[in-house]
Amino acid sequence: MSAAEWEMVVGLEVHVQLKTRSKAFCGCSTDFGSAPNINTCPICLALPGALPVLNEKAVELAARAAIALGCKLHPVSIFARKNYFYPDLPKGYQISQFDQPLATGGSVDIVTAAGAKKVGVTRVHMEEDAGKSLHDKYPAVTAIDLNRAGVPLIEIVSEPDMRSAAEAGAYLRTLKQILQYLAVSDVSMEEGSLRVDANVSARPMGQSELGTKTEVKNMNSFSGVERALDFEFARQCALLERGERIVQQTLLWDSTRNEARVSRTKEGSHDYRYFPEPDLGPLVLHAEWLASIKAEVPELPAGKKSRFAEEYGISSEEIDQVTSDPGIASYYEGVARQSGEPKAAANWVMGEVQAALNATGSSPDDLRVRPVDLAQLIKMIRDGLVSHAAGKKIFAIMLEKGKPAPQVAMEEGLLQVGDDSALAGWIDEVIAEHPDEARRYFAGEKKLQGVLVGFVMKKSAGKADPKKLNQLLMSRAGAG
Amino acid sequence: MKTTDFTSLTATAIAARVGSGGVAPSDIVKASFARAEEVRAGSDSLNAILWSDERLSVRDADSLAEGLTKAGKGGALAGVPVGVKDNIATLELPTTCASKILAGYVSPYEATAVMRLREAGAIVTAKTNMDEFAMGSSTENSAYGTARNPLDVTRVPGGSSGGSAAMVAAGITPIALGSETGGSVRQPASFCGIVGVKPTYGRVSRYGLVAFASSLDQIGTMARNVDDAALAMEIISGEDSKDSTSSSNVVGSYRDQFVSQATSPAPLEGMRIGVPEEYFPESLDEGIRNACLRSLEALKSLGADIVDVKLPHSPLAIPVYYIIAPAEASSNLARFDGVRYGARAARSGSLREMFAETRSDGFGPEVTRRILLGTYVLSAGYYDAYYKKAQAVRALIARDFQSVFGNGIHALFTPTTPSTAFSIGAVTDPYEMYLSDIFTVTANLAGVPAMSMPIGRVAGLPVGGQIIAGPFNEALMFRVAYALEAALGPEAHQ
Repeated sequence: MSAAEWEMVVGLEVHVQLKTRSKAFCGCSTDFGSAPNINTCPICLALPGALPVLNEKAVELAARAAIALGCKLHPVSIFARKNYFYPDLPKGYQISQFDQPLATGGSVDIVTAAGAKKVGVTRVHMEEDAGKSLHDKYPAVTAIDLNRAGVPLIEIVSEPDMRSAAEAGAYLRTLKQILQYLAVSDVSMEEGSLRVDANVSARPMGQSELGTKTEVKNMNSFSGVERALDFEFARQCALLERGERIVQQTLLWDSTRNEARVSRTKEGSHDYRYFPEPDLGPLVLHAEWLASIKAEVPELPAGKKSRFAEEYGISSEEIDQVTSDPGIASYYEGVARQSGEPKAAANWVMGEVQAALNATGSSPDDLRVRPVDLAQLIKMIRDGLVSHAAGKKIFAIMLEKGKPAPQVAMEEGLLQVGDDSALAGWIDEVIAEHPDEARRYFAGEKKLQGVLVGFVMKKSAGKADPKKLNQLLMSRAGAG
Repeated sequence: MKTTDFTSLTATAIAARVGSGGVAPSDIVKASFARAEEVRAGSDSLNAILWSDERLSVRDADSLAEGLTKAGKGGALAGVPVGVKDNIATLELPTTCASKILAGYVSPYEATAVMRLREAGAIVTAKTNMDEFAMGSSTENSAYGTARNPLDVTRVPGGSSGGSAAMVAAGITPIALGSETGGSVRQPASFCGIVGVKPTYGRVSRYGLVAFASSLDQIGTMARNVDDAALAMEIISGEDSKDSTSSSNVVGSYRDQFVSQATSPAPLEGMRIGVPEEYFPESLDEGIRNACLRSLEALKSLGADIVDVKLPHSPLAIPVYYIIAPAEASSNLARFDGVRYGARAARSGSLREMFAETRSDGFGPEVTRRILLGTYVLSAGYYDAYYKKAQAVRALIARDFQSVFGNGIHALFTPTTPSTAFSIGAVTDPYEMYLSDIFTVTANLAGVPAMSMPIGRVAGLPVGGQIIAGPFNEALMFRVAYALEAALGPEAHQ
């Protein structure tokens, strides 16, 4: 059997940090990057006698995500304690959900080169984050930072529906985009607000029974997940080729060495002794409350894409780019609507706007050129008031100074001159200054038209409307 | 103030005198400390008190006096010294749960119940001895030595709130807080001849009560009479946003109801009091049975109908309790890992060793036994057979009570304990010890309010009678207790 005859089977567990201001079970801030152990209190430090109180905002965000993933939300779900000892787990248990999760049975639609498919979402449950163990901060000791302990998370567990690293990547990118649109999380793998554990197995093509899986953790980017899956799949195939068995175990991905190594902790030996959390009652979702959360779910990427195609008639590549995140999409939509030029709007958003965002790292909302301002600039270009080249200059100045396009065009003298008499004056001067080229042009040497236009543009300091200028020259040549 | 004067004062009497400016709160506090000295409440004899600091208490009393002058009146517990069980978080005095693992630990925050007592004007004067982490029925399981019964120092005061019971019985404070998981307030109250109240689950905030078994734990009050116990309960009861399991049910005034009935010749007219046969087994001590019969006669004379009832699942309560409570305890006590506070084994090498050695050194044998038991019953493969089954039986036990209270029975009367206070060291078999709670543990499992009050003595040792009511029916329970207390009069202590 060759490697090509094995099929990869992947299921993903995605932990998403919910964007709440306070932690899941206490009032502490969830700020990322505070000094160690600043955002702590008796509850998240697990001091004797402290009790958890559920943050309703976390439930709201979790429910919104579950609804958007097409899950069935359970009117009653149960928090459970997952018991294990670790220094950065203050209570000695994590409050999670086990056999009665918040939501089950959703899906994510993905598209890859292999086509479109639906990836099942087994469940979405709520839980709290642990703190951080810092092994390399001080020599010979481990430091504990509990700022993150108790931060609300949802775990989104997929079905083992993905058959390639590319599909896993597409699932993650689509999921990230959906969560971004929902504004439930910062979904940043770098900051740890989105973490992925991958379950992967190999089986002979055509076999329906699943092979023994391994779990790969510690990837810090989507491409890292893809590389880790390819690596682990290849390793499993090689073992299977040799007739060896796959051992169910956890591997840690090393992104610098591009390899996965067996984790030293014996995951398999864990018995988490789940039982219902007695400090919290059942989580009850009332129908009216659920309806209000449903009503707040914004337009999701798929819906937005098909609407953009219909309303703005731009290409699917353009749509993908202008809907890459919800901020960009609403920015684009503002420009397209207010300019009435959806195609030009797409070009601007994909070009200058995206470049400006990349350069400053800011969000579309913070951009000093608001959609209404860019729309105005686009209309000025369309109407010939400024050239396209001048438009780019104007945009750069607008970005810097926050002034509207007409004012910048005026102050910088970038308004195009389309007035016939002014253009005729410059043409007369150019003919006088370059008699030779002028004579040859009027004699029929049409290719010299560009040269003459260039002279006029130079004389007008770029302000002459090139379209009109060409028209005037041609009409003089025709008359001559 | 003479200590003899002080020990005769009830909490309500102290609050009235302090509130009217008749006595300075600091004089009351000093008298309480003098009384503690007199009965040797420290580790040299009664060993009821683990931590106290007269300077701090006098300071609190003085600042209360200042407030009284400004406000012109005092709270319902103005100047009343109170003991607080050592598993309830207090500022300044340690909160160790009588465990080595929390030696020297001082909480940076205070339990809601303690805050409410202070708001009513009470002065915390002591943290009281207990069985380590409230696991035990004799206060012999304290890392800081066995507490003794003030009525007979060769005997246990009961447990786990034995220190609080001994303190109140010895006249050191009129009121103390205890905590219950399976009878830890009522049983020592019974052994020491005082009143002990366990409220409905959810009636009193657990915030600041170091968790043993979260679904069973409640803070309770202990006092020398029903009035004081009810007053303290009324003050600490009520919803708390810091405890998700606390109830929003309105508290109301417990005292107004029974005080208004005091002059009635038949205050319990129309009341049906059930006597569950499972609580009067053939083997029950004759003296205890007779004391109970005398109380039932008294209840009848107060106008109550006495009705035989059944709580058929009661015999399963001890096994159910000893699955659920240790299961929750094994998880609740996981936080004592030596990482953030409390003792840490110094010699340990690896992380695993640090955890193991810290916990092996820090916990006593009974706590260790229950952690192991709880870990076992929650383990994969055993969960369904033990924990899940126990929860199902617990629901049946609760249903027994629902059906009795749903069928016209207002309250139940039973003995609190199967025996009077036993001698220190006499009970060595853990299971025999567990049977001390056989009549009390059902109320915890069912979540209903229950209390113990003195109803007589056998061979000089107090006997407790237990009154159990329906959920959030504390007011009714206190009405019965108050009337019975008045009817028994001095017989309650004979």
